[in-house]
Amino acid sequence: MKLKREKWKKEYLGRTAVTLAGLFIIVLTLAIGAFLFYKGTATFTSDHHTVAEFLFSSNWEPAQQGSGGKVGAAIFIVGSIIISAFALLLATPFSIAAALFMTEISPSAGRRILQPAVEIFVGIPSVVYGWVGLTVLVPFLAKVFNLAYGYSVLAGAIVLAVMISPTITSVAADAIRSVPNEYREASYGLGSTRWQMIYRVVIPAAMPGILTGVVLGLARAFGEALAVAMVIGKMQAFPKGLLSPTTNLTAEITASMGNTAEGSEWNNALWAMALLLLIISFLFIVIIRLIGKKGADKT
Amino acid sequence: MQRIIVKVQKIEHEEEKRGIKKGMKKILSVILAASLMAASLCACSGNKSASSSASGSLSGTIQISGSSALQPLAQAAADKFKETNPDVSVTVNAGGSGTGLQNISDKTVDIGDSDVYAEEKLSSDKAKSLVDHIVCVVGVAAVANPQAGVSNVTKQQLTDIFTGEITNWKEVGGNDQKIVIINRPKSSGTRALFQKYALGGEEENTGKSLMEDNSGTLRQNVAQTPGSVAYIAFSYLNDSVKPLYVDNVQPTYENIYSGKYNIWGYEHMYTNGQPSALCKAFLDYVQSKDFAKTITEKGYGLYSEMKVKRSSP
Amino acid sequence: MKPKFHRSSAKTTDKAATVALYTVADLFLVLLAAFTIYIFYRGAVAFKPEYLSFTREGIGIQFFNTIYLVLISLLISVPIGIAAGIYMAEYSGGGRISRFIRTCIETLASLPSIVVGLFGYLVFVVMTGSHWNLLAGALAVSILNIPSLTTVTEDALESVPELYREGSFGLGATHWQTITGVILPAALPRVLTGIVMAAGRGFGEAAALLFTSGMSSDVNFRNWNPWSRTSPLNLLRPADTLAVHIWALKTEGIEENAAQLSDLSSAVLMILVFAFSLGSRCIGDRLERKITGSEPKGSKKAWKRK
Repeated sequence: MKLKREKWKKEYLGRTAVTLAGLFIIVLTLAIGAFLFYKGTATFTSDHHTVAEFLFSSNWEPAQQGSGGKVGAAIFIVGSIIISAFALLLATPFSIAAALFMTEISPSAGRRILQPAVEIFVGIPSVVYGWVGLTVLVPFLAKVFNLAYGYSVLAGAIVLAVMISPTITSVAADAIRSVPNEYREASYGLGSTRWQMIYRVVIPAAMPGILTGVVLGLARAFGEALAVAMVIGKMQAFPKGLLSPTTNLTAEITASMGNTAEGSEWNNALWAMALLLLIISFLFIVIIRLIGKKGADKT
Repeated sequence: MQRIIVKVQKIEHEEEKRGIKKGMKKILSVILAASLMAASLCACSGNKSASSSASGSLSGTIQISGSSALQPLAQAAADKFKETNPDVSVTVNAGGSGTGLQNISDKTVDIGDSDVYAEEKLSSDKAKSLVDHIVCVVGVAAVANPQAGVSNVTKQQLTDIFTGEITNWKEVGGNDQKIVIINRPKSSGTRALFQKYALGGEEENTGKSLMEDNSGTLRQNVAQTPGSVAYIAFSYLNDSVKPLYVDNVQPTYENIYSGKYNIWGYEHMYTNGQPSALCKAFLDYVQSKDFAKTITEKGYGLYSEMKVKRSSP
Repeated sequence: MKPKFHRSSAKTTDKAATVALYTVADLFLVLLAAFTIYIFYRGAVAFKPEYLSFTREGIGIQFFNTIYLVLISLLISVPIGIAAGIYMAEYSGGGRISRFIRTCIETLASLPSIVVGLFGYLVFVVMTGSHWNLLAGALAVSILNIPSLTTVTEDALESVPELYREGSFGLGATHWQTITGVILPAALPRVLTGIVMAAGRGFGEAAALLFTSGMSSDVNFRNWNPWSRTSPLNLLRPADTLAVHIWALKTEGIEENAAQLSDLSSAVLMILVFAFSLGSRCIGDRLERKITGSEPKGSKKAWKRK
């Protein structure tokens, strides 16, 4: 009898502990959200700018003291979107191919070589990526395309693509691995080649998981600060093309956060940008969810 | 199972083992440790007021934050100060002048470094309680990529270059090379200085110039981009970029001391109210003759040598 | 049966696709190898023995700080992450709360690290009335790591075959005992991979640390009293990690040797990540062998202890 009671005590103690950990995640997220909301809305509440001005105007001249500046962040928003989108276009095909190689073609080589490679890529500080981009990639682009300088959307996209491909690769590989083996066997049984099996059976079945990886990569690209800032030139203008410089949200936050005093109009506007980053990453989550739901409906 | 894990002797993985065995206990002990540490911090900052100014046996902590342009010098000062005062702990954080002024105004640090006067960043009632200690002078030089082929510009030409009136180096006697302007963000103290004293207050053209805030990166940008022009503090000058003479005056500290070259500013260390005995000892050291050699070695100018003075705005 | 020419064209496509996949995988490796060699080469060129010293001239302090900070952050994030992962996999039941937690995890996972850094600065540094400190940095890195640790643990637990569970329940174990005695050990190798990734993130993180653990340290390596401010063990001292140090040297360094120091730091950091990844892989493999080799015995032991 006593033994049994002790067992139950153990059961509930552990259960409570892990439940608390789950709840802690909720509290943490809400705390960060509430905090950013509080800091980020000051632009609109105490400095009386409209949300439309912040999102759609390209006139960015916040005041360092007092008020009366302009807080149009459109250039930064467009810059962030374009650079991340191109990074994704570059990284996705490569990452999915690498994931397929790791899982379908050569699992042993994948496990022994590619998986550690992916882990090392994650551990390289972004500033090293940025510096290699600045000293190697930027002059290279200038030479190849015969430009005055290589600081460009393309340079930013390439650096980002290298940085986010490990994320996409590992999530996609997980998704592909979790496709039941019966699918593959059935496909082979019908006489298909390996590629037909991959293309017609494995990829469609793993699609929701792959897309999740892609969106996670996009979120990562959006939030990356130090590396991109070094190679995009930070010109405060809409990009005229792939080879022209522009700036983005994280570059402006890192460049000016330390130089402006807390509570000033400029500082508040930077916090509004940080809030915008949070909202955008939340939107990505919603997109992932919709993709997942569609995938679930299909099967 | 657990026995197997225990056998694995790899320090880095200690936490995993414990995490699995007794996750909750670990959390509790971390919280406990954290609160103990917090208590120790309180004790530490308590020391500060108890420091004795007599006989050079100072103890306590000094926290400095602010201007990234001044950070290397402040760090050098901290290291040297510790040589004679081993019981003092000095830590220097860069973060920007805005951060430094904000921190000292909030009293979260003991000294706030700034490239600009506090009045230019903070509201006047916040700036009022801060006490300014000018520690040195810093010159700002216009620099060009060596391929521009120009070594001297007039002040008018400099203004025209940065406002976008002049777009090719051949217009100022250099090579046929398009000018690429690399600016600093408007929040930068160096930009404020350059705009005021080099460009006569004229606004640079932001929409057409590249922008870089960090001096090291900026120097790399200029060094590798043909035709580029920018401005950096003297302390960052090296062979990879070419400092431009302005109106035939070489950007050197001699010329700043004598008043011939006027693109320079003061570097400030602010305290909130009068400094504590320990901070005063540190500031005195930074302003002393002993430290003057380090100041010039690191590429800054001596306040005591200045024959011209400027007042706060 | 398909017509014959289709069959052969399908075979050609298959070959082409295999070649393409091999090419991409090789490209991936070549890129990594090029990157690694470039960084090692720069590090080797810059190398001088005195750069490894524990003084202002060397990067010893930063090396120590990096390992210490990552260790502390793992101490915080691994228990929470694993516990939350257990909850999600075993107890949440897939209801509304579990869906909400999942949304939270995903939001946290996609938070830009600079936002976490700013949050950490205002909450762990300004609101606690302290200065930049190691603990604040470790907490910020923990926030970055908890979501991925939770997800990895959850996935790992769910991939444990149902048979294990049934066997354990059949022996009369409670749910919690089944988790700690059977499921978690079986899932351990995958959880370990997750921890390595988390550590890697910590090694390389700079943006979140600039505002939390600070950019300088004042450490006396003869002082090991953790309550003293200049002790390397003190959690409330400012501490710059290698990644932050590289950033500071690259962007603002004026010392003559700033470039060399940062090149060397990059190479050292890479070796660190490499060693960590390799070491934990060895341990993971060994664990897996032992688990699959001695599963029944191990499980029984676990029961007896309870």
